[in-house]
Amino acid sequence: MSGLSTYEPKSGLTRWLDKRLPIIRLAHDSFVAYPTPRNLNYFWTFGAMLSLCLVVQIVTGIVLAMHYTPHVDHAFASVQRIDRDVPFGWLIQNIHSVGASMFFLAVYIHMFRGLYYGSYKAPREVLWILGCIIYLLMVVTGFLGYTLPWGQMSFWGATVITNILGAVPFVGESIQVWIRGGGSIDQPTLSRFFSLHYLLPFVIAGVVALHVWALHEAGQNNPAGVDVKSKADTVPFTPYATIKDLFAVILFVILFATFVFFMPNALGHADNYIPANPLQTPPEIVPEWYLLPFYAILRAFDFNIGPIDSKLAGVIGMFASIAVLFVLPWIDTSRVRSMRYRPIARQFFLIFVVACLILGWCGGQNPGLILAKPADFSATLTWVSGGEVRSEQFTAPSEGEYEEFAQAQRDRLAEQGATMTSITRENARTATITGVFGGTQSTETVTGATPDAMEEAITHAKEEVGSGAAFFSVERRSPYTFTVTTLSQIATFYYFFFFLVLLPLLGLREKPGRVPDTIAKPVLTEQGAA
Amino acid sequence: MAEPAANAHQGDDTTRRDFIFIAAGAASAVGVAATVWPFIDQMNPAADTRALSTTEVDLSAVVLGQQIKVMWQGKPVFVRHRTADEIGRAQRDDFATLKDPQSDAERLVQEDGAAGRPEWIVLQASCTHLGCVPTFVEGSSFGGWFCPCHGSDYDTSGRIRRGPAPANLPPAPYVYLNETSIRIG
Repeated sequence: MSGLSTYEPKSGLTRWLDKRLPIIRLAHDSFVAYPTPRNLNYFWTFGAMLSLCLVVQIVTGIVLAMHYTPHVDHAFASVQRIDRDVPFGWLIQNIHSVGASMFFLAVYIHMFRGLYYGSYKAPREVLWILGCIIYLLMVVTGFLGYTLPWGQMSFWGATVITNILGAVPFVGESIQVWIRGGGSIDQPTLSRFFSLHYLLPFVIAGVVALHVWALHEAGQNNPAGVDVKSKADTVPFTPYATIKDLFAVILFVILFATFVFFMPNALGHADNYIPANPLQTPPEIVPEWYLLPFYAILRAFDFNIGPIDSKLAGVIGMFASIAVLFVLPWIDTSRVRSMRYRPIARQFFLIFVVACLILGWCGGQNPGLILAKPADFSATLTWVSGGEVRSEQFTAPSEGEYEEFAQAQRDRLAEQGATMTSITRENARTATITGVFGGTQSTETVTGATPDAMEEAITHAKEEVGSGAAFFSVERRSPYTFTVTTLSQIATFYYFFFFLVLLPLLGLREKPGRVPDTIAKPVLTEQGAA
Repeated sequence: MAEPAANAHQGDDTTRRDFIFIAAGAASAVGVAATVWPFIDQMNPAADTRALSTTEVDLSAVVLGQQIKVMWQGKPVFVRHRTADEIGRAQRDDFATLKDPQSDAERLVQEDGAAGRPEWIVLQASCTHLGCVPTFVEGSSFGGWFCPCHGSDYDTSGRIRRGPAPANLPPAPYVYLNETSIRIG
């Protein structure tokens, strides 16, 4: 909206209106005459798709709310009724649930576009932050909406996420109860989630208006990342951007429709077709695909950091991964916007994209799943067959002296010629010591691919020996294992390393390639050469 | 432009206006806070939700070695009738290496401080990791509950023995009403 308006009302009516409410002028200046950089590529069409997604979600959502019942006893059935009985309910419900996924797919590409081409740098910091706010609102709205069908994943996802808030020190539990409206996820929770899920899209629409306003004030960034310097650098929004956006939107809608009509459940979890049951936990609780990277970061922290326990550390890590985006404009020190002219940063950026995809994959896996290990888990069993077994009870003089006293008992039996000894503690002071005298000592080593398989092998080996041995001594050896958690720890580390170390340092040290003086120059040169 | 006039009136007038300005500001700040609070507090548990805070359980229906899940404040609670073997394991392990050391007897104490009975254990059925409901698995590594979500293993006293959970299954506050019934909460 910077620059002079070129709108000229043609008819008497529009002239009359223009004096009173220049709304046609606003639309003309924003979407017709608006100058767009002439070198925009197809990554600049995702804004149009996202606008479409927001409209689609609001329209389908309003319709669904006419048929949905936000009650713990009826919510699941009412969604099934929409799918089966309501005329075209199946279509509208599928569009809404697939639409959420499409919305996130588009927003992620839109965000990576912004990261690659430096669209967050001056003078577009506020534009970028507004975008981060929209994304955060989308995450909350998506989470609230996923609770509404009241399936097992809805219920347990909500339980896990609200439990996460309980990790906040001091006030965590109060916040948790406040959000749930009770001790657990129940009717009050469902009612308020429905209300907020209806409200937030309109808040998003409001922030989108600010986002577009900020965009039109600062002007669009472009693949070269250089400022618009003259009229030669731009083309009018209509028809150039409008037609290009329309074409991209058509491709997007084809993908959208493919999911809606041919695989509406491909992106959801089968367990959400089981009605919510507070007494039964599903075997594995996973969020929707678009939140998996953050879920992986949450679970990557399986160790305590000083006074911060692992649970809180995971929560901090997860929130920090989004918070870091808000301060990105001030973290990246490079004065070159587009990574097209940043040969080193570009490679680290590609690794960053891979790290995000890895996090997404890890989020959907069992965290204990072993991906690689140098050797099997093994255990050595030692037992004595034959020989004489003697048991006796002993009482230590006091609880504090127990360990010492027990060791003395062991030593005493060993001196008497016991081949093996075993102690079973009964209470604070008394225990039974069993010793085997004579007999032959045997050992056996068993292995297993997982700790459980090894335990099974141990049980099996014990059964084979049977009553031939009074007791066994078992020495277990665990190899180093590379699990899904390890992989997500590496990816999480890189995620933060990229933002907090690489971007600030590279901006100072990297020697950028030659940035063109104007947008028009390289474009026109290419055209001339062709 | 208004400066000479302002200078001329420096003194009582300005002080009074400042006072009114600050007083009005303070009053509206209190007013806003008083108005906002009801809208925040309405999200806390309602009186009828809080009224559901106790649950009575008839123990005579639970045979030896069986457990029931009852709902207390919308959360599941295990009431388990432990066998002699389970009690033995629980008491023996008082001296094992525990992540969250607690003796079995401490975990059975009633809400009023009186000692519990070893054959009845009343536990909140939420894994202390992320709140899943553990399952009682006969013959599991520690003889007690196992959480299917992230593999936390609890013993027959509900103490954490292995896995990511940081603490024992919390005992639910209960008291014996008579020989065969308890009240939770």
